[in-house]
Amino acid sequence: MNLRKLVVLVLYVVFLLVPIYWLLNMSFKSNTEILGGLSLWPHEFTLRNYRVIFTDPSWYEGYLNSLYYVCLNTLISLTVALPAAYAFSRYRFLGDKHLFFWLLTNRMAPPAVFLLPFFQLYSSIGLFDTHIAVALAHCLFNVPLAVWILEGFMSGVPKEIDETAYIDGYSFPKFFVKIFIPLIGSGIGVTAFFCFMFSWVELLLARTLTSVNAKPIVAVMTRTVSASGIDWGVLAAAGVLTILPGMLVIWFVRNHVAKGFALGRV
Amino acid sequence: MNKIVNNKAWWLVLPVFLLVAFSAILPMMTVVNYSVQDIFDQSTRFFVGTDWYKQVLRDPRLHDSLGRQFIFSACVLLIEIPLGIAIALTMPTKGRWASFCLIVMAIPLLIPWNVVGTIWQIFGRADIGLLGWTLNKLGLSYNYASNTMDAWVTVLVMDVWHWTSLVALLCYSGLRAIPDVYYQAARIDRASSWAVFRYIQLPKMKSVLLIAVMLRFMDSFMIYTEPFVLTGGGPGNATTFLSQTLTKMAVGQFDLGPAAAFSLVYFLIILLVSWVFYTAMTHSDKNR
Repeated sequence: MNLRKLVVLVLYVVFLLVPIYWLLNMSFKSNTEILGGLSLWPHEFTLRNYRVIFTDPSWYEGYLNSLYYVCLNTLISLTVALPAAYAFSRYRFLGDKHLFFWLLTNRMAPPAVFLLPFFQLYSSIGLFDTHIAVALAHCLFNVPLAVWILEGFMSGVPKEIDETAYIDGYSFPKFFVKIFIPLIGSGIGVTAFFCFMFSWVELLLARTLTSVNAKPIVAVMTRTVSASGIDWGVLAAAGVLTILPGMLVIWFVRNHVAKGFALGRV
Repeated sequence: MNKIVNNKAWWLVLPVFLLVAFSAILPMMTVVNYSVQDIFDQSTRFFVGTDWYKQVLRDPRLHDSLGRQFIFSACVLLIEIPLGIAIALTMPTKGRWASFCLIVMAIPLLIPWNVVGTIWQIFGRADIGLLGWTLNKLGLSYNYASNTMDAWVTVLVMDVWHWTSLVALLCYSGLRAIPDVYYQAARIDRASSWAVFRYIQLPKMKSVLLIAVMLRFMDSFMIYTEPFVLTGGGPGNATTFLSQTLTKMAVGQFDLGPAAAFSLVYFLIILLVSWVFYTAMTHSDKNR
């Protein structure tokens, strides 16, 4: 690797990490130090900001709510997307191409457009302010994506495997669970990663569909703005804590990331 | 792969169809419903036909934010796609450094969008943020909350920070799929590095690049949360993008009719552009 490439890469990595470092730095400072002047590292190291979050139920329940509906959404998306992706990768059926494009168009619908109708829809069926409502609403963009990624991975599995299994007397469900799913294991991992990611980062729908019981952490964060000004320290600490689950997930799929980001299409 | 015609496959697709239709078609029909009615409250509503459409097509406020939206998306694509390719070319191919780079690059993608706004809000402030403080110390007067140009640049840099990694990772996975033999042949032919890029790497990246362009176009065209948190749309209306204008109209001023009508126009624009990309993509899949 030559020097010029290295310089570009290092500069980019620094560009990515500096704002995050600044957030981390600030989360360990007291508010007087934050507002008192600029310091490159916390001089009066304090865990007060984190203590505020971990001792106040309305804060940490926000995290639990978010994690709960994100996991629920990932589970639902994978369960319905697996058979559908199999159908798209193996068979040709009436309207398949149109259906596939229609699914993708939902990834393109601006969420701002859907806010009010979603609110009305989920209120009228009595699901407002439940975790399942947010999980279902996030399916709007996660299920199409899951089908798309899984279809790419499944098309990479030779059809002869299916045929051999049927000849050996496997029924479709047995073949699917015992043979096919293990074969595309990494694809499922990557899909789960993407579903988790897009559900975790979404704010608008999650905030609109919840009020108290299922309020996500990203909505709780707006509480730091009060009459006495913004509690910068707690805001920064809450921000740092929202980054952690994502980093944990990426650690698990790090070996599949390169293939996964091609959405199985290379 | 030649597929078997089998209409029973619909049974496998049915759960997905029902689930997505529930969250997509019902709200969409509600939006259509709004767009042709004048609504005062639950029981008082009048059918107004296409009046709202005629009105929004002449509304200068919407035209302005649509224009800003197009400029923003164009800037995003022009910066992020070449930068993403460049970064992908510099990434190490194997070893511990490769996984380190992959993980670091994926971090911005996994941060909730309002936290991204918060990070840059803090980072850019002149009193407590490293960026704003440094720029002001260097003698540049920088304030994203009052200067239009600064606000634009900050929103753009934030988007580059947030999403270039996606382009880079997509291209990186495209590059990994090129067999070493190609490079060996190029070396024997004494091909320049530009020729290697132009005739080996770029064609192989084509399909992932189309995905990248499509995803970046859709997401930058729908951007809402990050500028909302960072600048609140200001100064003035300088960074109020289309989603924000529509949300303000629908939720803030309760102008449901015009908001719904323009939402549909908005959706159609995204649909049209994405359809062009999608057709191009499936076409290149066929030619592989």
